[in-house]
Amino acid sequence: MTPTPLLARGVRKRFRDTQALDGLDLEIRPGTVHALLGPNGAGKSTAVNVFATLTRPDAGEVRVGGHDAVRHPARVRSTIGLVGQSAALDEALHGRENLVLFGRLHGLAKPDAVRRATDLLDAFGLTEAGDRKVTGYSGGMRRRLDIAAGLVTRPQILFLDEPTTGLDPRARHEVWDMVRQVVADGTTVLLTTQYLDEADQLAEMVTVLGDGRVIAEGSPSALKDDLGGDRVIITAAAPDDLGRMAEALGSAAVVDPDRLEITVEAGTTGGGAAVVDVVRSLDSAGITVDDVLLRRPTLDEVFLHLTAPETEPETQPEGAAR
Amino acid sequence: MTALSATLRQTWVITLRDLKHWQREPWGPVFNILFAVMMLLIFGYLFGGAIEMPGGGTYLPYLLPGVLALTMMFGIDGTMSVVTEDTKRGVTNRFRSLPMSGLAVPLGRAVADMGSSTVQLVVLMVGGLLIGWQIEGSFLAALVAVALLLWLRLVMLWLGIFLGLSLRMEGALTMVQVLVWPLGFCSSLFVSPETMPGWLGFLASWNPVSATATACRDLFGNPTGITSGLLADHAILLAVVWPAVLLAVFVPLSVRAFRRLD
Repeated sequence: MTPTPLLARGVRKRFRDTQALDGLDLEIRPGTVHALLGPNGAGKSTAVNVFATLTRPDAGEVRVGGHDAVRHPARVRSTIGLVGQSAALDEALHGRENLVLFGRLHGLAKPDAVRRATDLLDAFGLTEAGDRKVTGYSGGMRRRLDIAAGLVTRPQILFLDEPTTGLDPRARHEVWDMVRQVVADGTTVLLTTQYLDEADQLAEMVTVLGDGRVIAEGSPSALKDDLGGDRVIITAAAPDDLGRMAEALGSAAVVDPDRLEITVEAGTTGGGAAVVDVVRSLDSAGITVDDVLLRRPTLDEVFLHLTAPETEPETQPEGAAR
Repeated sequence: MTALSATLRQTWVITLRDLKHWQREPWGPVFNILFAVMMLLIFGYLFGGAIEMPGGGTYLPYLLPGVLALTMMFGIDGTMSVVTEDTKRGVTNRFRSLPMSGLAVPLGRAVADMGSSTVQLVVLMVGGLLIGWQIEGSFLAALVAVALLLWLRLVMLWLGIFLGLSLRMEGALTMVQVLVWPLGFCSSLFVSPETMPGWLGFLASWNPVSATATACRDLFGNPTGITSGLLADHAILLAVVWPAVLLAVFVPLSVRAFRRLD
């Protein structure tokens, strides 16, 4: 059986006056994409640096690929690939030369490093750019080469620290495709992001980090369900209808008079049943509406909800909070 | 043994990578040589006529070994800037995440920079000979002088690696680039410490680069400008010992800084 790619228990790290990690627990299942989601300063990069043996934790246990990261950093280093926040490439070298360099430093013999570099360039659409200096690369190409460099020795687990920060939408999608390809090849991926849709797009599991601690964890859809399930949004045909509509829909309805919208949380009954209920109530009250929309809560809503619990403590999701 | 051979192999890979930089972007090393030539011309022709040598002798043969030592010393700037650049880009962190020896990255940089410094030194010496500098000592003595200059470069290199890895604040490089001037000039490189006010002359003669410059003047058979004191009697010994002491401090500190970047 393959060992758990990453297991962290009670990890703490302090830098002068900031507690970057404050008892972080994390477990990653093999062959999955796991997202660490949080705003700037939540401790995402520190966590990755601790897992990648670049930073020594003050306390706690970290096992990567079954190896203790503090006691046997060298063993951990041979099982991981790290792609840091800035593209860590040698700008004066060609794309191919970068991959060969990191492959050789990883212990590959020269012919093997060259072959691996060619394969990676092919796999990620960089063959043409491979023999040009990195200085001339676009942001997206640079990022793809950077990720390829992290894959040179087929790591068990690949750490991607904010892989799409600063990229345009097209380059972002290219990086997403690349991550999907990496996971399909059997590599486990831990990625940090402050983009909620990125976690939604890529990750099977999401750990929400705030002030160096886990504040919620689950699949993207479970996190959303914890927030009251789907939403039914009804747009009124005229401003005067809003009052009557709210009356017909009961106390759960939230009125937004500026946008002529009323939002109803579907709760545990499920989105389809909620729509039927809403339409039936409005119909029996004789109200016609402009539009009815069913949508899932966005991760933005999940996140705002979790990081500001003091403003609406009554909706703290059960099972997700720690 | 396998650990040692792996370290040597990694060091060589890093060395080749660093050398490739010179090949792709040759302006750094070329400018360094031009800078040394400029110093030679400024001091040799602009100021040189006004400089009197204690104990007699002309200025050019005094100056040339000084410029050679200055070039070796100012090499700290080039080393530090590439190390800072790697660290800023995250390349150093990527190296640190690889299963490789903590010694290989700094050592590879050291080997590459020693190579380029040797070329620099040869170019400058040939240039000096062309404008009338003469080596009066034996061939063997001249080789020892060259070795002492490279020995000084080696220390400056490790100091540059250490500073590049450990000074992470913005402007650290500029600070070092400015500080090398007073540290380089408060020495016997351009004028004899015996012409300076007592306290300054004392400091200048204890400057490690003074030992190298004076030893080289001795070995090249050029005037040393020093008539008495420790430097007059033991310049070669000092030029060996000073760098050795600094190396013993900064090599381990650099390797430690590489591992503990945080």
